[in-house]
Amino acid sequence: MRLFVSEGAPGSLPVLAAARRAQGRAELLISTVGPEECVVPFLTQPKVPVLQLDNGNYLFSTSAICRYFFLLSGWEQDDLTNQWLEWEATELQPALSAALYYLVVQGKKGEDVLGPVRRALTHIDHSLSRRSCPFLAGETESLADIVLWGALYPLLQDPAYLPEELGALHSWFQTVSSQEPCQRAAETVLKQQGVLALRPYLQKQPQPSSLQGRAVSNEPEEEELATLSEEEIAMAVTAWEKGLGNLPPLRPPQNPVYSRLRQWNTLYLCGTDEYGTATETKAMEEGLTPQEICDKYHAIHADIYRWFNISFDIFGRTTTPQQTKITQDIFQRLFSRGFVLQDTVEQLRCEQCARFLADRFVEGVCPFCGYEEARGDQCDKCGKLINATELKKPQCKVCRSCPVVKSSQHLFLDLPKLEKRLEEWLENTLPGSDWTPNARFIIRSWLRDGLKPRCITRDLKWGTPVPLEGFEDKVFYVWFDATIGYLSITANYTDQWERWWKNPEQVSLYQFMAKDNVPFHGLVFPCSALGAEDNYTLVSHLIATEYLNYEDGKFSKSRGVGVFGDMAQDTGIPADIWRFYLLYIRPEGQDSAFSWTDMLLKNNSELLNNLGNFINRAGMFVSKFFGGYVPEMVLTSDDQRLLAHVTLELQHYHQLLEKVRIRDALRSILTISRHGNQYIQVNEPWKRIKGSEADRQRAGTVTGLAVNIAALLSVMLQPYMPTVSATIQAQLQLPPPACGILLTNFLCTLPAGHLIGTVSPLFQKLENDQIESLRQRFGGGQLEESLELKAKVSSKPAVGETVTATGPQQIQVLMDEVTKQGNIVRELKAQKADKNQVAAEVAKLLDLKKQLALAEGKPLETPKGKKKK
Amino acid sequence: VKGTNTALRASARKLLVILEVVVSFECEGRSETPRSSVVNGKQQIPVLQTNNGPSLTGLTTIAAHLVKQANKEYLLGSTAEEKAIVQQWLEYRVTRVDGHSSKDDIRALLKDLNSYLEDKVYLTGYNFTLADILLYYGLHRFIVDLTVQEKEKYLNVSRWFCHIQHYPGIRQHLSSVVFIKNRLYTNSH
Repeated sequence: MRLFVSEGAPGSLPVLAAARRAQGRAELLISTVGPEECVVPFLTQPKVPVLQLDNGNYLFSTSAICRYFFLLSGWEQDDLTNQWLEWEATELQPALSAALYYLVVQGKKGEDVLGPVRRALTHIDHSLSRRSCPFLAGETESLADIVLWGALYPLLQDPAYLPEELGALHSWFQTVSSQEPCQRAAETVLKQQGVLALRPYLQKQPQPSSLQGRAVSNEPEEEELATLSEEEIAMAVTAWEKGLGNLPPLRPPQNPVYSRLRQWNTLYLCGTDEYGTATETKAMEEGLTPQEICDKYHAIHADIYRWFNISFDIFGRTTTPQQTKITQDIFQRLFSRGFVLQDTVEQLRCEQCARFLADRFVEGVCPFCGYEEARGDQCDKCGKLINATELKKPQCKVCRSCPVVKSSQHLFLDLPKLEKRLEEWLENTLPGSDWTPNARFIIRSWLRDGLKPRCITRDLKWGTPVPLEGFEDKVFYVWFDATIGYLSITANYTDQWERWWKNPEQVSLYQFMAKDNVPFHGLVFPCSALGAEDNYTLVSHLIATEYLNYEDGKFSKSRGVGVFGDMAQDTGIPADIWRFYLLYIRPEGQDSAFSWTDMLLKNNSELLNNLGNFINRAGMFVSKFFGGYVPEMVLTSDDQRLLAHVTLELQHYHQLLEKVRIRDALRSILTISRHGNQYIQVNEPWKRIKGSEADRQRAGTVTGLAVNIAALLSVMLQPYMPTVSATIQAQLQLPPPACGILLTNFLCTLPAGHLIGTVSPLFQKLENDQIESLRQRFGGGQLEESLELKAKVSSKPAVGETVTATGPQQIQVLMDEVTKQGNIVRELKAQKADKNQVAAEVAKLLDLKKQLALAEGKPLETPKGKKKK
Repeated sequence: VKGTNTALRASARKLLVILEVVVSFECEGRSETPRSSVVNGKQQIPVLQTNNGPSLTGLTTIAAHLVKQANKEYLLGSTAEEKAIVQQWLEYRVTRVDGHSSKDDIRALLKDLNSYLEDKVYLTGYNFTLADILLYYGLHRFIVDLTVQEKEKYLNVSRWFCHIQHYPGIRQHLSSVVFIKNRLYTNSH
């Protein structure tokens, strides 16, 4: 083994003293290296002494090296030694390195040097005298003595820093220093120059972190109140008293509801993108036409958003004449400007179904990661985009036969030709914008790899027709026109749509999505729009989230794991609670996970005990003690501080929401209410109201200020929990002008004499068993009823090998019955028959299918589950 | 932690109990209510009151003591080399991992650790030890906050961390960190 030391490195002292222990047991080579040499390959910072072991591993901790030498000599580890070494590393070293830094590098003397270590020295002294042992860990000198001696020697060898009154420390230090190995180590390292021998080495070291003090932790403790300057307090108080409040500076905000609170002209829209293969497949599965499927699911989606209280100005869809018009216009412009290429494409064709199979009609093994259920356009597992022809072992999704490669004419968006414009646009857009880092990263990596022409047509019927001769039987690829949906939906909302979409100077466009949609919004559509040369408004801020997991795994529709939009309302948990929790864990910057237990915890602690408790108490005090009228407030300096803290937090909230940090801004709300709770707790208005005149006045001030904070919170909550917000505002009878505006300062919106309404609790406790039953319900395989939707319409005869106990004849009978019953159900649905009647027939169908599955010896699972090994 | 020793000795074979004690301290002191762990700007230090002697102070000291009580001494390493390496990483845990929390410090730490773990299954190489357990607990609060991209960047740390969190009985009530097995940011290498 080889020991690396450096001139003047204090760590050499204990290591050399301990090395004696290992003598004769292992061959020890000693090399001297420069103080800035990196010996250990895996450490970024230089570190000496270091011991390279014979197996190639490194010991870079001084204590560990000493320990190793002792272990080689047959010594056994014990608790007391461990405790001393841990103390040395965590307590003594930080203090000591500060003292040595003052002494050696800064040339300070006396108390300046001794001050930082005095406590530690006293601790050693007390331990020694209390146990009346000559050594730290017992009757004989051992590892702890060597390590601590080595650490202390540079300082204590100067009697000025060995306080007389610490007698036990004194005699221990003398005893250990007089040991021969220690004497020799001291001579080798300090070379009779005393502590100055360490100077060349210590000068090259960074300043000890213990000196950097509080600067080390750059994130203040959440609950610790920020230090306020007099000025900040004065400003907050003036604003409160004079009613000064500005709308925050002119900078377009993003969260639409927040944006409205800031009085910006906001258009908030979303919609269902309805064209494409997915729809055709689903229609086939459910035995409906694509249009019927879209109508059905659009309604379902719209209902979900309505239930969640998402306040879209319009929730539209892409299957509209406006969509066709705008898409074809953009295409014509691209085509006439030479940004569209024509090429022959090798494509998979299913001979059995007699048609080209695009995208999701093909499944197979992913060519990149080997995932077995990759779709024809994208692999669900590795997320990469796939050309259907590259799939290994392709299968027609409808009939499961193997498709063949045939050629077909297609149109391509010439992205390489548009790349330069895109880059110019990005250079102007990205700096200073709020594009999330993941969105920037994804776009950058696409550009780095170089853009390739992108096919924008498909051999399908369900889509926007291609307005070009020879392409009458084709439609646009869904991702070419889905993003155009935003434009057409606006056009369906207002005939002034071009003032939003062809107005980049005045409109800021914020788009929200999960990161898998970034390429289409941040790259493909901007290229189309730039190539069309029609002054389109392009995305100014692309806000992409990471993924949300479910409990410990992934959401999976096919396995029925997780809660999906339409089921949230069946849980009995109000929409606002869902909104709160989902935003609380919004995957900003990193993946996050939905957890039932955590939801219960956050509801019961943050909403019930913190926010709800505060707002309810504030209101109750007004009702109970002051007959419902907001009392007079005479602010003391404590109140002024609170005012300033709330103002600061409010401004923080503004800053965060301007940067689209929705999750973090929610924390500001909770922090304010925590301040409020503490304020009430400390001032005890319920006691003071029974006291003297002065006490009663104090109770009034505290109550008045608290209820005004509650009013402020009601506005801040609006983007997060609109129903709760409205409830609070109704309870407090907040004057309408104050309800929908959020200013930079905290103002007195409920002046003395204002009459509030009836106050009642805002939140309900979530109970353990309630949550436990929900967890089980959504834990997987719960979607019995939705299996009915998934059951395949085409009932191909089962492959022979799966037939077990039952004869083929019986299976055939069952199959026929399934087909018959399936038709009955479909007819009833088509006639829009009574729900109960349909349900009864569906139950029969399910039962028949179950029997059939049993007869065929198949497990009762979803079609997807079967393929998994 | 005080007063748990009787229970411990009664079921001294149970590693689980140790972990529970250590983790519950850690959670008490850290993730759930970070405030309570801070006294005069320093992290609170655990104390274990033993029945037959003076109390023990310090996280790694207590953990090593409990491991011995539970007859799981192999968790402290079997050879002299391994023992020293285990102690080195325990020290690293209480000085480096607990000591700093600025983003830059953590990045530097993860970078070093990532390069260290490049050719290792566990911190000592091939044997699971107390060092893995305590470093896992210590790093959890940082790993939880890593982005998918960072997890991919510190691939060896992620692999090791994921491995340890699935080690039977180790994770306790800490949240399970999700690692995505396939690379999302394949262009970055």
